[in-house]
Amino acid sequence: MGERKDKKDVLQGTLALMVLKTLEVLGPMHGYRIARRIEQISGELLAVNQGTLYPVLLKLEQEGSIASEWGVSEHNRRARFYRLTRQGRKQLHAEKHEWDETAAIIARFFAVKAEDLK
Amino acid sequence: MTKLRRFLKRLTSWTTTRQDEQRLQAEIAEHVAFQIEDNVRAGMPAREARRQAMLKFGAVEAIKEDYRDRRTFPFADALLHDARYALRGLRRSPAFAAAVILTLALGIGATAAMFSAVDGVLLKPLPYSHPEQLVALWLTAPGMNIQDLNPSPSLYFVLRDQNRAFQDFGLYTGVSRNVTGLGEPEHVAGLDVTYGLLPTLGVRPMLGRSFTEADDAPGSPETLILTYGYWRRKFAGDPAAVGKTITVDGKLRQIIGVLPQRFRFGGSDLALLVPVQLDRAKTLLGNFSFYGVARLKPGVTVARADADVARLLPVMLKSFAPPPGLAAKTFEDARIAPNLRPLKQDIVGDLGNVLWVLMGGIGLVLLIACANVANLLIVRIEGRRHELAVRAALGAGRARIAAQMLWEGFILAAVSGGLGLVLADLAVRTLVTIAPNDLPRLDEIGVDGRVVLFTLAVSLFVTVLIGLIPILKYTGASFGIGLRESGRTTSESRQRHRARSGLATVQVALALVLLVSSGLMIRTFRSLTRVDPGFAAPSGIQTFRVDILETPVKDPVAVVRTEQAILEKISALPGVSSAGLSMSVPMDGNQWSDSVFARDRAYAPSEMPLHRYKFVAPGFFKTIGTPLIAGRDFTWTDIYNKLPVAIVSERLAREYWHDPGNAVGKQVRSSGKDDWREVIGVVGDTRDDGVDKPAPSSVYWPIVTYFGGIDPIVVNFATVSVRTPRAGSESFLDEIRRAVWSVDSNLPLADVHTLDYYERASMARVSFTLVMLALAGGMALLLGIIGLYGVIAYSVSQRVHEMGIRAALGAQPSDILKLIAGQGLRLTLTGVAIGLATAFALTRFLSSLLYGVEAADPLTFVAVSLILTFVALVAGCVPARRAAKVDPIVALRYE
Repeated sequence: MGERKDKKDVLQGTLALMVLKTLEVLGPMHGYRIARRIEQISGELLAVNQGTLYPVLLKLEQEGSIASEWGVSEHNRRARFYRLTRQGRKQLHAEKHEWDETAAIIARFFAVKAEDLK
Repeated sequence: MTKLRRFLKRLTSWTTTRQDEQRLQAEIAEHVAFQIEDNVRAGMPAREARRQAMLKFGAVEAIKEDYRDRRTFPFADALLHDARYALRGLRRSPAFAAAVILTLALGIGATAAMFSAVDGVLLKPLPYSHPEQLVALWLTAPGMNIQDLNPSPSLYFVLRDQNRAFQDFGLYTGVSRNVTGLGEPEHVAGLDVTYGLLPTLGVRPMLGRSFTEADDAPGSPETLILTYGYWRRKFAGDPAAVGKTITVDGKLRQIIGVLPQRFRFGGSDLALLVPVQLDRAKTLLGNFSFYGVARLKPGVTVARADADVARLLPVMLKSFAPPPGLAAKTFEDARIAPNLRPLKQDIVGDLGNVLWVLMGGIGLVLLIACANVANLLIVRIEGRRHELAVRAALGAGRARIAAQMLWEGFILAAVSGGLGLVLADLAVRTLVTIAPNDLPRLDEIGVDGRVVLFTLAVSLFVTVLIGLIPILKYTGASFGIGLRESGRTTSESRQRHRARSGLATVQVALALVLLVSSGLMIRTFRSLTRVDPGFAAPSGIQTFRVDILETPVKDPVAVVRTEQAILEKISALPGVSSAGLSMSVPMDGNQWSDSVFARDRAYAPSEMPLHRYKFVAPGFFKTIGTPLIAGRDFTWTDIYNKLPVAIVSERLAREYWHDPGNAVGKQVRSSGKDDWREVIGVVGDTRDDGVDKPAPSSVYWPIVTYFGGIDPIVVNFATVSVRTPRAGSESFLDEIRRAVWSVDSNLPLADVHTLDYYERASMARVSFTLVMLALAGGMALLLGIIGLYGVIAYSVSQRVHEMGIRAALGAQPSDILKLIAGQGLRLTLTGVAIGLATAFALTRFLSSLLYGVEAADPLTFVAVSLILTFVALVAGCVPARRAAKVDPIVALRYE
């Protein structure tokens, strides 16, 4: 049970970052658009279980990183539009910085070849 | 920061659940609709487009669940879920739930009821403003061997002029008053007060005004203030009553005020307050017969107030002359000193002891009830071991299982607490009616907010107590064992049995403590009933008080003639064997003590040989059954001829002349200015101060006595005693009233009781404690035995298989009987041993209540232990016999 939960948390953490980045780049959009966008870029991640996006959206909204309101979509449908807040922008940058650092460290580790350590 | 925001958001969204659910529903619908549109655009048939969209979205319910978890507190949801689960579980076993709730409700109810008594009497502040500033004015006179000496008018004037410690103070004294002209003549309780009393207490009349210094000055117009209750009763709550005049003791008095409903001072039947109008010009030393209350100035301690009064006592001795027949030196030698104490302490007195003992006793019953319930819970969880093990194996956390157990305990305790509160309310009402009459602040006892809070706290305590034991037992150990052991093929391990046995032992021990306490009280009660009170068959003596007014003419002989006429009328009533009259009857609280000098003894000039004073008419001793040991009774001729005669009690006769026979013919007097009076008779001692107190040495004077140097003493407020088998019957009382009113239709009757009323009242504390402790002891015994029986019976049911093997291997039924009964006996004996040690340590708190028996009375301890062991053995034998009858074939085939 614990293991499953960890995996889910990682997935949701990643998703959250993707949602923030998407909203930063493309501006306010509704849930389906965000899901499609993430699917297009990440492929794998949201091919199934697109619904998992909604708990993440809620979490971000509770943290104040995004805000939402009802609006009308490009096809004249009622939809809930999410947009990045100032707080969300700050969080995105902080997390991006962290991510870059982590990625760099991991990359360095993978770059090291066996003979380099001799 | 973001965490906090999320928390707050969650907190608010907890309340807006429906709205959020709808929002999620709408978003999902939108999302799927977009997907379907896209799919259709991509060329899918409509049905396939919808199916694919749903597949891609994922499991809607799981997502909703996740969403809900994030939106609110999953913890709270789980909590509610656990509560519902526990409730369902309890509903499935109603017998178990009912047994637990009943046991706990009785325990909690009894505890709450007792607490309301302790709170009302001991803990709550007195119902006056700033009650902590109020002190009772008392003196002490070690030189006269008087522990508590009342304040006197002389002290009043000195304190009023010169004290520095009090904001205000007042003296008062209880005086019963005759009210005539408002329907039937009536005898009511009144207080004579100085004008400072009400302001000292911080009480203002609800209507009209308080007494002023002018009202309290001698010779001022007569005024009075009514209490709320009397005003409602007599004037139907008419505000116009203020200003009216009523006749009190034959004098017209104007009503100047009505006290508020919440006013409490002394007894609840207080009817009116009258200014005492002390006259400084006529004040002498002596007359230490008042009561006093003072309000300390802010910052003044009782010790500093004591010092201030101590400073003024010599001033008092110098400023006032001694009464005739007494030397100033008498008062100096009395070594009068202040003895102030907080008013609350003064009112509550030594009652705290009784109440705390009872509170402790009832608390023990609650503990026993909890032990029983914990045992039931353990057995119940024992039965659910398999279920718990499966749940643990399926991933239920220990905390979650523990939470469920706690919930079960909480639900049980909460329901029991609610029911207990109802029981407590009933019990308090009963308690107030059976409580001793001298219980102060009786009308402040009731189930109020504080009692409800206390009950809540007790219920929570019970929750933890009964919930924790099974938790400690079953979540600490590995659940794996549960799965392996859940078949009945193994006997239960010692370790699993230990908790239940321990609880049963504790129950036996606690029950023993309570039973020993009740045993001691029973012994006390028996000792008291064996005491010869000095009168015979008091339930066959009707007593009542009648007040012969001396107005308009103050003539002692006229009073005596009226009294003799009343006695003759009553003696002529059918069924009356004799009638007597006296100033007071034994144990009615009238405790006038004064000097009795014997002619053949030498006294120091300032010595005051104090003895109890009684004033009686001829026939009194015969009526109440006090034996005449030597000499003769008074006669009416003695009284009308003003013969100087006296009768003494046996104890006084022995003290003065060593033998009652020697006393007759000796001479005594009340003071240096008095004539010598001849002792004409010696009567048996009466326990005037109560059954449990020694009989005071007493002197009996005729109902009119012309002591030298003071006004004649006339018993005009007299108690009539009538010996008749009809005592207490309503028809007889009617005849008595008619007989009295045929002599004078303005005479009210008061304090109508049979003589045993006073005897019972003097034993009220003992009988109250006895009844309460016996109730507690009975409950404890019942619960303890049920607990013990339950433990053994359960153990037998778990060991059927083992018994079968034993029987198959050749054990005789008697062997098995011994085995099981021995197990019960071991538990009992351990419990008895612990209980004896505990009782030995605790019963000394009872010692102030005991009479004729030691706190460590061996007989009581041994007898109670034997009885308890016997009862426990019987309780253990029932399941043991069942075990002995086990058929090995059946037992081994089982499973």
